[in-house]
Amino acid sequence: MAANTNFEKYKSDGSLQGNLLEWFDARFPATSMWRGHLSEYYAPKNFNFWYFFGSLAMLVLVIQIVTGIFLVMHYKPDASLNENGIPVAFASVEYIMRDVPWGWLIRYMHSTGASAFFVVVYLHMFRGMLYGSYRQPRELIWIFGTLIFLCLMAEAFMGYLLPWGQMSFWGAQVIVNLFSAIPLIGEPLSIWIRGDFVVGDATLNRFFSFHVIAVPLVLLGLVAAHILALHEVGSNNPDGVEIKKRKDVHGVPLDGIPFHPYYSVKDIVGVIVFLMVFSIIVFFAPEGGGYFLEYNNFIPADPLKTPPHIAPVWYFTPYYSLLRAMVWPLFGIDAKFWGVVLMGGGVVILAFLPWLDRSPVKSIRYRGPIFKTLLTLFVIAFLLLGFLGTQPPSYAFFGVIPSAPVAQVLTAYYFLFFLTMPWWSKIDKYKPEPDRVTM
Amino acid sequence: MSNESKVDGGRRRLVVATAAVGGVGALAALVPFLSSMLPSERAKAAGAPVEVEIGNLEPGQMMTVEWRGKPVWIIRRTPEMLESLSKLADAVADPKSEKKMQPDYCTNEARSIKPEVLVAVGICTHLGCSPSSKFKKGAEEGMDAAWLGGFLCPCHGSTFDFAGRVFKSKPAPDNLEVPPHMYLSETRILIGEDKKGA
Repeated sequence: MAANTNFEKYKSDGSLQGNLLEWFDARFPATSMWRGHLSEYYAPKNFNFWYFFGSLAMLVLVIQIVTGIFLVMHYKPDASLNENGIPVAFASVEYIMRDVPWGWLIRYMHSTGASAFFVVVYLHMFRGMLYGSYRQPRELIWIFGTLIFLCLMAEAFMGYLLPWGQMSFWGAQVIVNLFSAIPLIGEPLSIWIRGDFVVGDATLNRFFSFHVIAVPLVLLGLVAAHILALHEVGSNNPDGVEIKKRKDVHGVPLDGIPFHPYYSVKDIVGVIVFLMVFSIIVFFAPEGGGYFLEYNNFIPADPLKTPPHIAPVWYFTPYYSLLRAMVWPLFGIDAKFWGVVLMGGGVVILAFLPWLDRSPVKSIRYRGPIFKTLLTLFVIAFLLLGFLGTQPPSYAFFGVIPSAPVAQVLTAYYFLFFLTMPWWSKIDKYKPEPDRVTM
Repeated sequence: MSNESKVDGGRRRLVVATAAVGGVGALAALVPFLSSMLPSERAKAAGAPVEVEIGNLEPGQMMTVEWRGKPVWIIRRTPEMLESLSKLADAVADPKSEKKMQPDYCTNEARSIKPEVLVAVGICTHLGCSPSSKFKKGAEEGMDAAWLGGFLCPCHGSTFDFAGRVFKSKPAPDNLEVPPHMYLSETRILIGEDKKGA
């Protein structure tokens, strides 16, 4: 949409002839942006509840930024020991929890927000898989989304080091050591990332810097790109049919309704339900049973002693299981390198989804039994991998079935689901797509 | 006015040359920033050797000291523990310690200077967790019944024997590192240095 500046409405000296908004519009695309992205951005009228999670992800991003700003006012990224022998960083988090007025609330909002972010983002991504939202012409939206997911993982990982508890320390130790698995450059690379030969004060300070400045800046840029790309091509919908194919005489899609007020108001309902659940967790179960805040992280970091059971926070556990599944060396390179390749590949492969899926229809509503079965199995595999990632490697189902081979089979399925998709998505049965969206 | 559709070759070359020189400058400007993330001079200097008295260490006991921020284990092995090593030659990945995870003077079955005293960095060679001691034989400490005693890494399940040798088909690729060390006297060990009189 071309910017409409109405410049000729103004006096030659540039002073106000119309109203203040017109003065503004001659200098900044305020009204045209409002129209292009809100009041005249036409979204399909058949959105269901799955379409709440995009706006909820934005809400959580705002919660994280605002609570983060206030936490930085009191937090100290310092690994040295205070007069009581407690690391300063750990003590400053306890100080926020106990002595800063309402500090406990702000901190619990931030820590719960991290888990909430992954809940809504995982559901948001799953929505894309259900309705084929990654398909042409929305490939770039999906790729920006994958990059946002990667940024989010980096942000969560580096933020988790800051309280400098046992899980913070050993989690960072494990993940940074992943890079040392890369042949030749691995060892110097991991030293460069840590800034020391072990995870220490240098690591804590740089992770703080990345967590509060670098990654959020990249994240905001990617979110802007994600939304701009979305508004360029328009939203997909549960039927997976293009609403832009059928327009009225004004060029407005017949099945489109303006985002504002229709979806802005609908999203508020989602926000209210989300905030109810979020508040219940923040006020009554901020530790999430040890899944949102792990109990071992209430012990200050001890570089000499790994806790008896270390596991990442729940949102990393499916990928952590992929990492652990690889125990055989290949091509003369250590197994740990291949574990890292699997873990990274598990995320990166998502970006290729637009080209792996050869189905003639987008939405699950018109796709056949093969897709429905394999997708269901994929969800089960993902959840099971997530569960196993929270358990020690020696875990056995019902005390008898060892979990390691199960995790290896699930890992194989995770990748085969994607790698064989070009084949099975082609031979599956399909129902004809409707011409227009259905309600 | 020049013909707009015609490319001025000289000008284009100048533009390319300018962009290339500018690009080199931008890359050079990265060097100080990326280098600033390397270990500082202070971090590099903090690596002094550590002196340890092991006179009170009973057979079967283990102590942990800190060297360069890492845990270093000193274990006085019992004859039974040492016997277990030869039984495991087929079960461990590198029974003869052929990979250089120890100084030459420790390249032997017990991976130590004195057979009974093992000095090893208590950091798993997989991803850097510190393994837990599982010294009791059998299933008593959650291991399987055939377990002869050693270490279990809690993170990804790698197991090591009483010489820090990693078992086969485990995520850890190498045996535990044996740091350079030397005996200052019968019961004093210097960890981090192995030159006489240094």
